[in-house]
Amino acid sequence: MKKKIKAIALGIFLMGFCFTSSANGAAEEFPVAPPPMTEGMFPCSSCHASMETNRKKRELKEEHTQIKLHHAETMRWCLDCHDIKNRDKLRLYNGELIKFTESYKLCGECHGPQYGDWRAGIHGKRTGYFMGSGKRTYFLCAHCHDPHEPKFKPIKPEPPPFPPTDRKHGN
Amino acid sequence: MEKIRKIWNETWHFYKRTLILVATGSKLYYAWCFSLLAIIIAGFLFYMRQHDVGLIATNMNDQVSWGLYIANFTYLVGAAAAAVLLVVPSYVYHFKPIKEIVVLGELFAASSVMMAVLFVMVDLGRLDRFWHMLPFIGSMNFPESLLAWDVIALNGYLLLNIFIPVYLLVKFYYRKKPNWKFILPFILLSVPWAVGIHTVTAFLYNGLPARPFWNASILAPRFLASAFCSGPSIIILIFQIIRKVSDVKLEDEALFKVAELIAYAMFLNLFLLGSEFFKEYYSHTVHMAPVEYLFQGLHGHNLLVPWIWAAMTMNVIAFIIFLIPQTRKRLTTLNLGCIFIIIGVWIEKGPGFVIPGFVPDPLGEIFEYIPNLLELMVSFGIWALGLLVFTLLMKVAIPIETGEFTHTEFQKELITSRSH
Amino acid sequence: MTALAGLSLPLLSSCAKEETEDFLQKHFREMTSEEKKQMIAKLEQRYLQKYGREFQISTKEAIPDTLWGYGLELSRCIGCRRCVYACVKENNQSRHDPQLQWIRVLRLKRGNLINLENSDHYYNPDTVPEKGFIYLPVQCQQCQNPPCVKVCPVHATWQEPDGIVAVDYNWCIGCRYCIAACPYKGRVFNWSEPNIPKEEVNPSVHYLGNRPRMKCAVEKCTFCIQRVRDGRYPACVEACPTGTRKFGNLLDPNSEIRYIIDRKRVFRLKEDLNTESKFYYFFEA
Repeated sequence: MKKKIKAIALGIFLMGFCFTSSANGAAEEFPVAPPPMTEGMFPCSSCHASMETNRKKRELKEEHTQIKLHHAETMRWCLDCHDIKNRDKLRLYNGELIKFTESYKLCGECHGPQYGDWRAGIHGKRTGYFMGSGKRTYFLCAHCHDPHEPKFKPIKPEPPPFPPTDRKHGN
Repeated sequence: MEKIRKIWNETWHFYKRTLILVATGSKLYYAWCFSLLAIIIAGFLFYMRQHDVGLIATNMNDQVSWGLYIANFTYLVGAAAAAVLLVVPSYVYHFKPIKEIVVLGELFAASSVMMAVLFVMVDLGRLDRFWHMLPFIGSMNFPESLLAWDVIALNGYLLLNIFIPVYLLVKFYYRKKPNWKFILPFILLSVPWAVGIHTVTAFLYNGLPARPFWNASILAPRFLASAFCSGPSIIILIFQIIRKVSDVKLEDEALFKVAELIAYAMFLNLFLLGSEFFKEYYSHTVHMAPVEYLFQGLHGHNLLVPWIWAAMTMNVIAFIIFLIPQTRKRLTTLNLGCIFIIIGVWIEKGPGFVIPGFVPDPLGEIFEYIPNLLELMVSFGIWALGLLVFTLLMKVAIPIETGEFTHTEFQKELITSRSH
Repeated sequence: MTALAGLSLPLLSSCAKEETEDFLQKHFREMTSEEKKQMIAKLEQRYLQKYGREFQISTKEAIPDTLWGYGLELSRCIGCRRCVYACVKENNQSRHDPQLQWIRVLRLKRGNLINLENSDHYYNPDTVPEKGFIYLPVQCQQCQNPPCVKVCPVHATWQEPDGIVAVDYNWCIGCRYCIAACPYKGRVFNWSEPNIPKEEVNPSVHYLGNRPRMKCAVEKCTFCIQRVRDGRYPACVEACPTGTRKFGNLLDPNSEIRYIIDRKRVFRLKEDLNTESKFYYFFEA
């Protein structure tokens, strides 16, 4: 009987511990939109769990060939950000693993000022409600900046207004 | 009760007689009135289209949002102000000519103000909501909005310029002497009020920091100076016509004196223009763009340039004509000078003032505005209406002044005196 | 005489029915809540007839202790004009005859910022941003010292407590004095009856904001009054693909806009005209 109570108490204590640690994560969590992954890619472990690992920095020839790395590619390569053992997670500099929905932490390691501005809401994009309890959505860094090729591509602008001499359409 | 009925009968009788008076005249008179009427009807039809479709029927747009209508309005307020300003002091200081001119000048001012008000009315997008502008019934933004001041000033001036002539004419009609102690204060009030209406009109442009072309302290003095040129010029021409078609005696001396005053006013106008030129061209800031547009053309847009230079030439020639006594005292050159001033000041104060205020617009865009046919026809219609109203007023006022048209008891006297 | 003219004209014209119904309508600020309800009901019916959609017309008042401010990061604007068209859709602006756009994007050559005469409004390259140019979107700045409010002869436009300069479209007489007075070309005019395709109409509107307007009334950006008074971002903020636009409550020290003003180098257009604009531009590069 005593053993049972001890086990239950230990269980509750351990559960509490889990909750507090995830509570720390929950306080940090921003209401982000789902990360912009290619359809069917996630979870990455569905392929990678059974594959061998190769730490050699190289150009990938068999899979992920559409990804061209143009992001500090002289200094880093895939496995500097993607964890080698768990491909469903990203890897911070100190080895800590983070979810894809927290990828801003990884970007923020190098891009500190932008990260601070993003947390305050003045970098990047937010939609929805900014006051009260309505739904709000914060966009991840990856939503605007493709992490492999972050530079914005030029886009086609919307048409200009009709010039005022255009009496046909009126202005 | 009896008195009211008597007044009503008298008024109706008078009204019937005036109708006969305006309906009879020479062939020239009929031709004049009917051609004016034709223009008025055409203008009205065009206006109905504008009222139907909205102001998109004009050539105005978000970049140049005031055009020919407001240009004409500005000019006519000036003409109205100057008419009284000239006429009343001539009377008050017992300057020959005599009191005929007061009444005619004030009736001219009234017609001019009526035209100005009509131009604002056709420019309003929602004329049916005009009542929003009335104090107490609507919500007039007094004293902050200069347009509210303008509404009060113009309507007050119109009332003054109807009340004074009507009072005097009724007295003349009844062969009674006007009570000068009663009417003189009103006549004297119309002088500062005339200055007031044109200053308020100048201020409504002046108070807009968004438009550097207008936001110049020199605006109100310039307005008054150019008004002093245009109004009296119109009056000189009108008085000559009146002299020809009626028995009113107006000496040439009077006309020459007026022309001399115009010369001084035009000098002031040209001086103030020169001051503006200096400030813009010497300081050479970005804000000189509207002046550059007007006098030189801006980035290839130069629609107004020939107009303004024509106006400047006309003004300078007229100034010289009025300055030199020989040309001033000859009726042909005098009339030429008057016509030059009327047109020159109209260009300078109308389109040459309103349109450059919008070019370039606050975001740097340049749109060249030209009035389209609809705006021209509506404008002609209103001018024709003003001229017709003035003609009809003169048709009644002059016979009363000369004593020809008077109350029926005196009329018999007249007929018997004529037959002798 | 003016009275008779004004009265007779609506009876002679075609849109007579609506105009005569609205002829005696009071100024919005003088209506009792009962009168407002009646007016809303009448408008909802009218819009249902005209556009075939059920409208929700709000007359929500300003949230206390709010003063809306806008931030725009010039280094990020690429001149794509998505904000312009998002605004047009959200705010039921006329699409043609006349084409009304509350936001205008200016293209300036690098090296210019203040002299807007050097701007191009009608740029239409294949892609943006173009090298050597910067883009400056301009809309109503909801000035704290608004020149337009000062000059309106009938009080048809006024400043609400939360800083938004509002227009009662049914009170405006169409004199266009406010358009002449605005230093930013924030206000545009319905030169004729607006043309909105029925299928693109946005039915959740505010009386002072994006409800469908009528001919010859002035309109302008209202910071999406129908959204912000519910705590939602304006449509242009949400539409921008580069996160250029920021919005918030200037009175809340924790808001995004206060963060910008405290830490970035902000400026306002034509500040020397003392309009106290609430539109803060800033840039990092």
